[in-house]
Order: sequence, then C-alpha cells, then structure tokens
Amino acid sequence: MVELFFGYLAGAVVVLSLLVVFSRNAVHSVLWMLLMFLHMAGLYLLLNAEFLAATQVIVYAGAILVLFLFVIMLLNITEEMRLEQFTVGWPMGVSVSLGVLIAMLAALSGFRTDLKGPWSIEAVERTTHTKALGKVLYTEYMLPFEIASLVLLVAIVGAVYLAKKRLR
Amino acid sequence: MVPLHWYLWLGSVVFAIGMFGFLTKRNVIIMLLSIELMLNGVNISLVALSHYMQDLRGQILVFFIIVVAAAEAAIGLAIVIALFRNKATAHVDEITGMKG
Amino acid sequence: MEINIQPLVPEIIMAVLALLLLLLELFVRRKETVGLLCIASVTVAAYYMPQSFGKAFGGMFISDGYSVFFKFLFFINLILTVLLSIRYIVIERVNHGEYYALMMLSTLGMMIMASAGDLIVLYLGLELMALSTYILAGFIRHDIRSNEAALKYFLLGAFSSAILLYGITMIYGRTGTTGIALIGAALAEGTVDPVLLLSVTALLVALGFKIALAPFHMWAPDAYEGAPTSVTAFMSVGPKAAGFAALGRVFLTGFGPLTGEWSVILIVLSVLTMAVGNILAIQQQNIKRMLAYSSVAHAGYAVIGVIAAGAEGLSSMMNYLFIYALMNIGAFAVVITLRSEGFQGESLHDYKGLSRTHPVAAAVMLVFMFSLTGIPPTAGFIGKFYIFKAAVAAGYAWLAVVAVVFSVISAFFYLRVVMYMYMHEPEGEPLTLSLSPAIGLALLITTVMVLIVGIYPSPFLAFARIAAG
Repeated sequence: MVELFFGYLAGAVVVLSLLVVFSRNAVHSVLWMLLMFLHMAGLYLLLNAEFLAATQVIVYAGAILVLFLFVIMLLNITEEMRLEQFTVGWPMGVSVSLGVLIAMLAALSGFRTDLKGPWSIEAVERTTHTKALGKVLYTEYMLPFEIASLVLLVAIVGAVYLAKKRLR
Repeated sequence: MVPLHWYLWLGSVVFAIGMFGFLTKRNVIIMLLSIELMLNGVNISLVALSHYMQDLRGQILVFFIIVVAAAEAAIGLAIVIALFRNKATAHVDEITGMKG
Repeated sequence: MEINIQPLVPEIIMAVLALLLLLLELFVRRKETVGLLCIASVTVAAYYMPQSFGKAFGGMFISDGYSVFFKFLFFINLILTVLLSIRYIVIERVNHGEYYALMMLSTLGMMIMASAGDLIVLYLGLELMALSTYILAGFIRHDIRSNEAALKYFLLGAFSSAILLYGITMIYGRTGTTGIALIGAALAEGTVDPVLLLSVTALLVALGFKIALAPFHMWAPDAYEGAPTSVTAFMSVGPKAAGFAALGRVFLTGFGPLTGEWSVILIVLSVLTMAVGNILAIQQQNIKRMLAYSSVAHAGYAVIGVIAAGAEGLSSMMNYLFIYALMNIGAFAVVITLRSEGFQGESLHDYKGLSRTHPVAAAVMLVFMFSLTGIPPTAGFIGKFYIFKAAVAAGYAWLAVVAVVFSVISAFFYLRVVMYMYMHEPEGEPLTLSLSPAIGLALLITTVMVLIVGIYPSPFLAFARIAAG
C-alpha cells in the first residue's frame, strides 16, 4: 500500500519537475511547481514529517511561489512564448546533468543505513512531531537558528534596498 | 516498506532536473525555480535519511534550507527587478554587458 | 543545558553593532560617520578576540588559532575596504548607510564560516556572507553593470550552495552526523565507498565555486568587473578567504582520512586555475577584469597550501591569503583613486604616463604589481616562497615548478601595467585623482605592510605558524 502511494507521489513529482523545466511560460512553470510542492508534502507525510509537510505548503507554496508570481506579473514578460527557451549551450547542460544523474543513481543504488538515533517513530509519536522538532531546534541547534534570523534580516534589507525606486 | 534508496533516487532525479533547468534555460525566473527544484531534491533525501536513521537532525537541516530558500528567492527576485528597471529583459544570454 | 557564550563574544558584538548601525543610519545625515563607526565596531570586536578561545554549543562553534587568524584577516579586509568606500560611494551616488551594515553582516558570516565546527553552521554562515555580498555587488542599483554582476554572482552562488547541500546530505546519510570532527572520526575506521566520493566531490565543487577555482570561476570576471570597485576589493578577498577557511577545516579535519582521494582532484583544479587565470588575464584591457583573473590565479596558488596539508601547508596557505589581501586591496585602492565624477578610469590605457602626472600613485601601484607577480623584496615573494616550500616538503615538487612557470607568465600582464605607467607618455586629458584622507590611509597601510612583510617576515610567519597549530 505504502509502495503504491510512494509510486504515485514520486511519479507525479518527477513529471511535474520536468514540466516546470520545459514550460515556455514562466507562469505555467510556477503553477506546475505549486503542484510539485504539494506532492512533495505528501511524501513528507509518508515519512512521518508532518511539521515539515505543513511548512512546505505554507512557506514554499504559500510564500515563495507567490513572490515569484508577483514578480512575473510585475515584469509582464509577454513576448516570452514566441522565443527560444533554451540557451545555445544546451547540449553541454544536458550532458553535465545526465552525467551527474547517472553518477548519483549509481552511487546511491542499494544505499542503506544501520545507524539508529533516539527518535524512532514511537518516540516521535509520544512527544508529537512539532514538539520533538522544537526540542532539538531550540537546544542543540540554537546557534544555527540565531544565524538564520540574521540571514532573514539581510534578505529584508537587501530586497527593500534593491527593489526600491531610486530617490533623487 | 519502501527502501531508503528509492527516496534517495527520487531526490537525485529532482536535483538533476533542477540542474538541467539551471544550465539550459534562458529565462532567469525559471532558472531560479530550477534552483528551488534542486533544493527540493536535497530536502526529500534529507527527510528520508532522517526518517530511516531515526534522527531529527536531517529534518532540522530541511527547516533551515526552507528558511534560506525564502531569503534567496527574495534577494534573487529583487536583483531581477533592479535589472529589469534598467534593461527590459529576463534572458541570461542577453545580459552581456561584459565580455572577455 | 549550560551555554558558554565566551567564544562567541566577537561575533555577538559584530551582530549587535551591525544592527545598531542599521538603525543609526536613519538618523545620521553624514554617512561618512557610519563608515567610521563601522571601523570602530570592528576594533571593539577585535579587542575581545584574544579572550574568545574555546568551543561552544557542543562543538558547533570553535574558536581556535586557525579561526582567529582568519577573523583578523576578515577584519583587516573590512577596515581597508571601508576606507576605500567612504569617498567612492559618494562618487557613485550610492551613499547609503546600509552599505556598511551589509559589509559588517557579510564579515560576520565569514567569521561564522571560519569557526564552524558543524556543516549546518558552515552552511548558514556561508549564506549570511553570500547573501550580503550579492546585495553589495548590486549596490549601484541604477547601473546596469552592477545589476548584471549581482545577478551572475547570485545565480552561480545559489547554484553552488545547492550542490553544497547535496554534499552535506550525502555525508550525513553516510556518517549520521554533520559535526566536522565527528565526520573525521566516523571516516577514520570505515572504507571508501561511492556515496562518500559523491559527497567529497559535491563539497569540493561547491567550495570551488566560492573560491573561484577553474572551471568554476566563470562568474568571477563578470561579477568583479561589474560590482562597485570597493565591493570588488571586498569580495575578491573576504569570501575567498572564508571559502579557504572552510576548505581547510572541512577537508583536513572532516575528510582527513580521504586525503588521497580529494588531493588528486584538487591538484588538477589548482593547475587548471593557475593556467586559466594567468593566461586569460593577459588579453584583458579593463584593469578590474585583469585583477579578477589575477585573483582567480592566486586562488590556484593558495590551494597548493591545502594540497600540501599538515601544519606547514596550512600556515603557508594562511600566510598567502593574508599577503594576497594586502596587495590586492592595495591595487584596487589605486584603481579607485582613478575613478572620478564622469570618468571611469578602468581601462589599462588610463594608466599611460601615470608616473609623470602622479608619481606617488604610480610608485605605489608599482609596489603592488611587483608584489602580485612575486618579485622580492615585496610580500608577494614571501607568500609564494612558503607555498612552494610547503609543496616541495610534501613531495609535490613538480607542482611547485608548474606554479613558478605560471608566476613567470603572470609577470607579463602585471608588468605591462608598470610599463604603461613608466614608459608611455600621458594621453588625453590630464587625470585628476579622487583622493581622500581615508583612501590615503588605506594606501599607506597596504604599501607599508607589503614592504615590511617582504623585508622582515619572520614575526608574521611565526603568527601564522602558531595559528595553524
């Protein structure tokens, strides 16, 4: 049963990713991406990561993609559809990414791990996923959390500065 | 039970599709989306590893990746807007003020 | 859980003061004051540095000799580039206080990278540094070249961090940890397998992008040429040195047991980088672009220190980066003085006859060009000498010979600038240099340091040697 769900979600993710890349219209790309993110969230649910599934939908689909759509609308690139969508160097791009893909698939085939940490499914269930994640995040990973806040601050300052109209 | 390497394969495929998009597309917006695809490939691998290793650290990293992806998207799009104000194009190969 | 923040004090000071500057900028009319406050803030952070040794957050943050050396390098980079910027950003009409705050935050990111004991911390520090630098590269938002530079830098930077993350994921899957020291311990007993090689390659490629090793350097010339010149000086030293700091720590501590595997790749990249950087620099007519290729080539020399490994290799790499910082920022300082209202001053032809019109500027540029080539008695010679010495000691004599050959080739384009300055007649309108006390101070510091380190290097070498442990 789980295999069936995985098969559907994984197949959909791959097809939708290809559609993102092969769309001529950037708006279509963003919308395929939205569907892709929702299926990805489904995969997270299969892996018992409810909190991340919710974050995926809220932050990625809800915030980042809306930002993309907003910018595309703002720029209003209409002549796009009639133009060539790939760069002249595309054969190089295809061969590099295919090579990388083959190397990754070969290296990962049959990869399994015997390492077992303290957070088994039962342990996470007992504390609930959000609480378990919060516990690790706010104790062990306090420092990265603080750095991430600075990263967001830089993003705010930078986005406001760069996108602001010039004041004379 | 789905074996772990199926998830890792899926992650690699999504990552490679993103890489392909980044290396071949002319539209800057789609290049940015391709980078998001690559990050999603990484994310699914991390969540799967984390689940199979019964360890939450992988998921914490996913959390940080989502945060940074949001920051990166904001700055990338702001740069695109700034460029568009001065030159109305979203194609990388037309952005060739400098050569050599 | 007990939290010991002592090792983090300089970082906390930097973060708090950067935020204060960001606020203060709203109320201060003269932005020059913000620049001076920025330098003062760095001095405060540097003052607390010697007391910061130790580990914090369960080994995620390490303050040791290695990281402290790099942090001093970042501070010097920040102070010198702020001195260059004060007059320059007025000329470019982007005199905003955010500039200095972003430079501080970027430096903070570099400091975190140098101190990272965990790959997650390393990643976030790298992003903090990189995101701030993308904005700085595009800081002249009304100039299309600056927008372009920011866009290219951003796209390749984001691409490389995705690759970095893939590498981190694989090493996490293989060892079950992201702690650099723990990875080293886990790999010490295991065997080499494809997943491990995948991870090593991904991390090498990603850091290769950051320090602009060929063939991952293609963003560098455009980003360096288009960015504001002061930012070019900043990002050709800071992020590169931070990348080296991360490279040294991750590969020598984390992947130490795999030295045989990664050093082969690194040797190829090093030779390729020296070749591409030095040969392509010859045909450049724009001095910023020429210095961009030169900076690519210098990364190729510095990598030899990492390949040689051990305390000697590491300290020669640190030395080299320090000397490179001084001479490179010095050269960019001269380039900046040629920029004035309505005059770009970026073409090599603008240097024709500089010795007649501005003998002091020409003499200073001469020193930096000699140093970048590696001619004694300048610091550049000392840097190269110890890199080559470390390479020979580690059994890579042939690599040292290759590097010497490329240094000779590099003389061609560095000394061409000198030839233009001293053996040509001035052309066209007489140049006016935009000098200010700040830029004068920066030039003085860099020139004097380049000469002192060149003539009497032993105290300085000892410092790097102790820092490398």
